[in-house]
Amino acid sequence: MAPPANRRPGNSRRAQYSTFIGYIAGAVGAVIGAALLIISIYDPAAFAALRGLASDAVEPAGRLSASTRSASASAYDTVNAYFRAGRQNTALQRELRAAKVKLAEAQDQRAENRRLKALLGLTKNEPDYLLVTKLTASTTTSTRRMATLGAGRDRGVQVGMPVRSQDGLVGRVLEVSITTSRVLLVSDSGSLVPVRRARDGLAGFAQGTGDGALQIRLIDLASNPLRKGDVFVTSGTGGLYQPGTALAVVTARTRDGAIARVLSDPAATDYVMVERSWAPPPVPQSGSPDPASPASTELP
Amino acid sequence: MPSPFLARGIPWLSVMAFTVLPVLILIASAPVCPPLGFLVLIAWHQLRPGLLPLWAGLPLGLFDDLYSGQPLGSGVLLWSMAVIVLDLVEAQLPWRNFVMEWLVAAALIVAYIAISLGFANLAGAATGISAVMPQIALSVLIYPLVGRMVAGLDRFRLIPFVELG
Repeated sequence: MAPPANRRPGNSRRAQYSTFIGYIAGAVGAVIGAALLIISIYDPAAFAALRGLASDAVEPAGRLSASTRSASASAYDTVNAYFRAGRQNTALQRELRAAKVKLAEAQDQRAENRRLKALLGLTKNEPDYLLVTKLTASTTTSTRRMATLGAGRDRGVQVGMPVRSQDGLVGRVLEVSITTSRVLLVSDSGSLVPVRRARDGLAGFAQGTGDGALQIRLIDLASNPLRKGDVFVTSGTGGLYQPGTALAVVTARTRDGAIARVLSDPAATDYVMVERSWAPPPVPQSGSPDPASPASTELP
Repeated sequence: MPSPFLARGIPWLSVMAFTVLPVLILIASAPVCPPLGFLVLIAWHQLRPGLLPLWAGLPLGLFDDLYSGQPLGSGVLLWSMAVIVLDLVEAQLPWRNFVMEWLVAAALIVAYIAISLGFANLAGAATGISAVMPQIALSVLIYPLVGRMVAGLDRFRLIPFVELG
């Protein structure tokens, strides 16, 4: 494309100045950017309110696209199922027979569980969730994996609450705004979830890799007993996530652990549950140096 | 005569729309989507140098930061730098062909995605460069298409809507 006439301002002082001022303005933009960046690196929550307002503003559009997203997914499934009907029917009947046996076993185990719990004096520990809502948006270009939830302070969402779908853990609430909140997905590399192997309770940590998978690291580093297909659930250590929430299945072994696939693909989930943090925040002991704490005043 | 609002507003609005649309449409578990807003910004600069002012990176980058998940300021800094670099390239190489424009855009895209990754890691993430390789490849390959789309928008921008009285 040919340069427009005003690229060479010629002898006009005024035109020369305006070109110069243009460059200054561009440089000032870059400097402001650098300053903002330094602030947000040292205090990641510094601009949470601004981001919250921005996602509140597009929330209705996100809600709309969330419903079309699930509608288009189900339309595809319907057409797909039509083509596979015959083969699927046989496979499903076989699976149903196997499932009936498993169901009987599970009923037996549930009864046993109830007996044992009654024996121990435990109350029924249902995972109690706060609300059910939709994921309305997510980061698509950045390596930070975050999603926006269609509920915020208006419905009682608080920072730190775990978010799950029917398939497993999705993430936890990072920032709360008025009608939306920002969820740190478990696949973000800043997310660290304490896990245990569902089969035998082998403990470890699952850290996101940023590309949709998890890196499982074991606490006991002496050996690596992980196998492809091992399922990991949250262990509840640290008190943030409900124990026993399904998280990931191992896809490949590495030298010191394994790479696992997240069970609840956020792209395929339409509704998610926001749970209350599992354990309450630690209560200060009586005799703690904080005399204004309400917990210490309640003690006799 | 073209509508002055469309003629001046379409470049801004298109960059903002392509920043926010993928965020709303897609729930992604990996960073696969190209930074479309950034690509549209480059395309506007290569098609019509000087149409977006040199300080355009500041507001548009800030808008991107609000939705991208990057630490706020990363977009402002990198988009401003990109606009300045594009202007310098324009001054040095006023006559460019398709391949040259694609190469310049590709260099900017690779630098942008890689430095964004670095900034995200500084702010608490720990992602390897391999996670963004598919995104880099897709962004570079899709750039000519974005260029064509921006050319279409440019024709739309200059449609005479307003009658001269």
